[in-house]
Amino acid sequence: MKKQSQASGAGAVARFLRQNSVPLMFIIICAVLIPISGFSAGYLINEIVTRMGRNIFLILSLLIPITAGMGLNFGMTLGAMAGEIALILVSDWQIWGIPGIVLAMIVSIPISVGLGLLCGKILNMAKGREMVTSYITSFFIGGVYMLVVLYMMGPIIPIAHSSIKLPRGYGIRNTVSLLSMRQSLDNLLAIRVLGVKIPTLTFLIIGLMCLGIVWFGKTKLGQDMRAVGQDIQVARDAGIDVERTRLISIIISTVLAGFGMIIYLQNMGNLSTYSSHTQIGMFCIAALLVGGASVEKASIGNVFLGVILFHLMFIVAPQAGAKITGDSMIGEYFRVFASYGVITIALIMYETRKRKAKLMAGRQLQLAQSEDVK
Amino acid sequence: MSNRVPLLQMKSISKDFFGNQVLSDISLTLDAGEVLGLVGENGAGKSTLMKILFGMDVIAQTGGYGGDILIGGEKVVFDSPFAALEAGIGMVHQEFSLIPGFTAAENILLNREPTNRQSVLSQVFSDRLSTLDRKKMDETAARAIEMVGVDISGSMLSSDMPIGIKQFTEIARELSKEQLKLLILDEPTAVLTEQEAETLLSSVRNMAARGIAVIFITHRLQEILDICDKVVVMRDGHVVKEVAAGEATIPDLARWMVGRTVESVQHQDRATAGSARTVMSIRNLWVDMPGEVVRNVSLDVREGEILGIGGLAGQGKLGIPNGIMGLYPAGGQVNFDGRDIPLNEPRKCLDAQLAFVSEDRRGVGLLLDESLEWNIAFPAMQIHDKFLKPLLGGLIKWRDDRAIKEVTLKYIDQLQIKCTGPRQKARELSGGNQQKVCLSKAFALEPKFLFVSEPTRGIDIGAKALVLDALKKFNRESGVTVVMISSELEELRQTCDRIAIISGGKVAGILPAAASSEEFGLLMVEQVR
Repeated sequence: MKKQSQASGAGAVARFLRQNSVPLMFIIICAVLIPISGFSAGYLINEIVTRMGRNIFLILSLLIPITAGMGLNFGMTLGAMAGEIALILVSDWQIWGIPGIVLAMIVSIPISVGLGLLCGKILNMAKGREMVTSYITSFFIGGVYMLVVLYMMGPIIPIAHSSIKLPRGYGIRNTVSLLSMRQSLDNLLAIRVLGVKIPTLTFLIIGLMCLGIVWFGKTKLGQDMRAVGQDIQVARDAGIDVERTRLISIIISTVLAGFGMIIYLQNMGNLSTYSSHTQIGMFCIAALLVGGASVEKASIGNVFLGVILFHLMFIVAPQAGAKITGDSMIGEYFRVFASYGVITIALIMYETRKRKAKLMAGRQLQLAQSEDVK
Repeated sequence: MSNRVPLLQMKSISKDFFGNQVLSDISLTLDAGEVLGLVGENGAGKSTLMKILFGMDVIAQTGGYGGDILIGGEKVVFDSPFAALEAGIGMVHQEFSLIPGFTAAENILLNREPTNRQSVLSQVFSDRLSTLDRKKMDETAARAIEMVGVDISGSMLSSDMPIGIKQFTEIARELSKEQLKLLILDEPTAVLTEQEAETLLSSVRNMAARGIAVIFITHRLQEILDICDKVVVMRDGHVVKEVAAGEATIPDLARWMVGRTVESVQHQDRATAGSARTVMSIRNLWVDMPGEVVRNVSLDVREGEILGIGGLAGQGKLGIPNGIMGLYPAGGQVNFDGRDIPLNEPRKCLDAQLAFVSEDRRGVGLLLDESLEWNIAFPAMQIHDKFLKPLLGGLIKWRDDRAIKEVTLKYIDQLQIKCTGPRQKARELSGGNQQKVCLSKAFALEPKFLFVSEPTRGIDIGAKALVLDALKKFNRESGVTVVMISSELEELRQTCDRIAIISGGKVAGILPAAASSEEFGLLMVEQVR
């Protein structure tokens, strides 16, 4: 009896290790790199808290499409573009601080809804291949974004201030300064605990968002999304409007990604007009996967854990790389390498884990049988 | 008769699929609380008739139907299943429609979940933003489960359910609909064990007692006689007989269905055929096939015999061939013809000239979108280089289309496959004919040893006899050892020399085909898990 409970205890540990292999791997990487980098605990905590405030909202926007069975929404880039356009307009209108941010969010909504509608319609035509389709769609819309920002802003969409216009008279500069609203969300109600600045308001917004997602899961719509996510055909037979449900999930995700991008950029303080959005989807997805999410299952906990681990590695890896090789370029390389590698590794690890689970069931059976024979 | 209006009247229903008449002049009536048994061979038109009644899209897409359907005396035209549901018609299909990650309660109330009172958001946007009333959901589901008369926990995930419980959950879903007046059950007992089937039949009786009319489709004629008030027999798109259940016997029904006398069961009297040489010996086999787990099976198969493997559903009989052929993870030793067969490597089994006709003919057995020719010749071509002509001294192998056509025509003729020709797509054939194609495919491999899994599942009596005869003939004429796995004991007893009964994943015993039914029955329930 005792032996049995021990065996099941060991089994539980093994199962835990298996199920959390991705986050555990990153915990180990961080544990190795932190001492090498030589950063102080205070610095690291400060950096992590800042980055949590900056990124979590963006990553939360990925959760709903995962429930609806549409995988990792690479199309969140569309929302990011909507947020950027809104910020460009608002900074041209010279509305500063919190009102500027709120206005930017409001302006981003119709753009996000429009883009989300388009993306959702495309994804409904490509069921089962949502991830690669949304990835390519975001490239395509990236081109449209460029057309709008580079050529239409000025002649068609009025832009008054030359500070954000290219010298030739139309199009937007490579960098738009958001100094007027830089960290205004983070600084309002901010408190310092042991030298660490906590952006209370941003965290409050994130907290509300989390509650919102939990509440959403309990609504009829949330239930329908879970049903659609697990079996489209059965959901359709039960009278759920599958296409509409999927469309709504992508629109919600896009709108939230737009808000998330505005929160992200107000923290950064400037906007790289033509490149801010290009990597954002990749980094958010990498962080979510590092937190232990998979293509079909993700929770709020995964978001928080993922942001902490992924960005911890982001902070320490360049420094550690520089320390080891003596070359600072190697650190930059390490950054890019890590984030793309993470997605690949995470996807591979989840795939192998799925297969392992199948194998294990067989092995247990063999074990039970050998006991039978005895 | 009185002026009481029957619940359902179907008047001279006819239907053709692009000129191919599948139903003509079908009329039937059904009163509330009545159980109607609908029997007929595959392709007799039962499914099409039910599709018309249930308003399935495929009917409208193929040009609608002729005749009238009256519910409670009023003419109705259903343009979608939802319209039929609205009118109080429920249908439990042969395929399960449950969401795997949902509990029984969530599945029963799928898309009909009760919601809490409206919030501001739900008024601004839509009702879909109201939260679900979990308590009420659980209560409603529990009531529905109680009506079915089985013990299912409302919080059980449907992915964890055994197949019988899934069936009951679906029935509970239909019963939980308050407007339900007529329930169509399409072969509900096909996947159930005998005990489960018993439970189902008694819950059908309960439904009838509460005034719900039931249309019950099954191939098991005894069930029809047990619970139905009247029986409608269909053949080739016509109603050939409508009779009170009490006035019919099984031989009658069978005769009406096939339109000829089915000879009474004749047992195999061939003395234990084949030499005593063991051609395949299985030792300590385990197979991890979900729902059909095999534990520690040891079995010897003699050369040239037909060995039957029987047992109740879910006891592991299907796991044995699937494990040996490498389709599911397995372990143990399998020795064939003096050589060990490595497990978990399907190709090695095929190279050793084993062949397998899977029970999952649409998934594993057939290339649905390819022609019959391709289906029959492909494995032989792939594995044994048959139907290939070497060109340029063997540098290039060219497909021998003529040989493929010849062999296809041979099997079409031999097994009486009903098709438009060797180039018809496998998808377009009926179930029984698809099964015949699967067999031809295995025959074309010219194996030394053949596993046949559930060869007669879901096919009609006429086709059954043909398939079984073809197997016997193949065994005798080519000297191929056959292991046949089937849920139907009668069929095993007709075909096999010896029958092994699997119960609880283990061999409960091996009996000669002539042993009495009681002996088999006892073995079957011995170690049921």
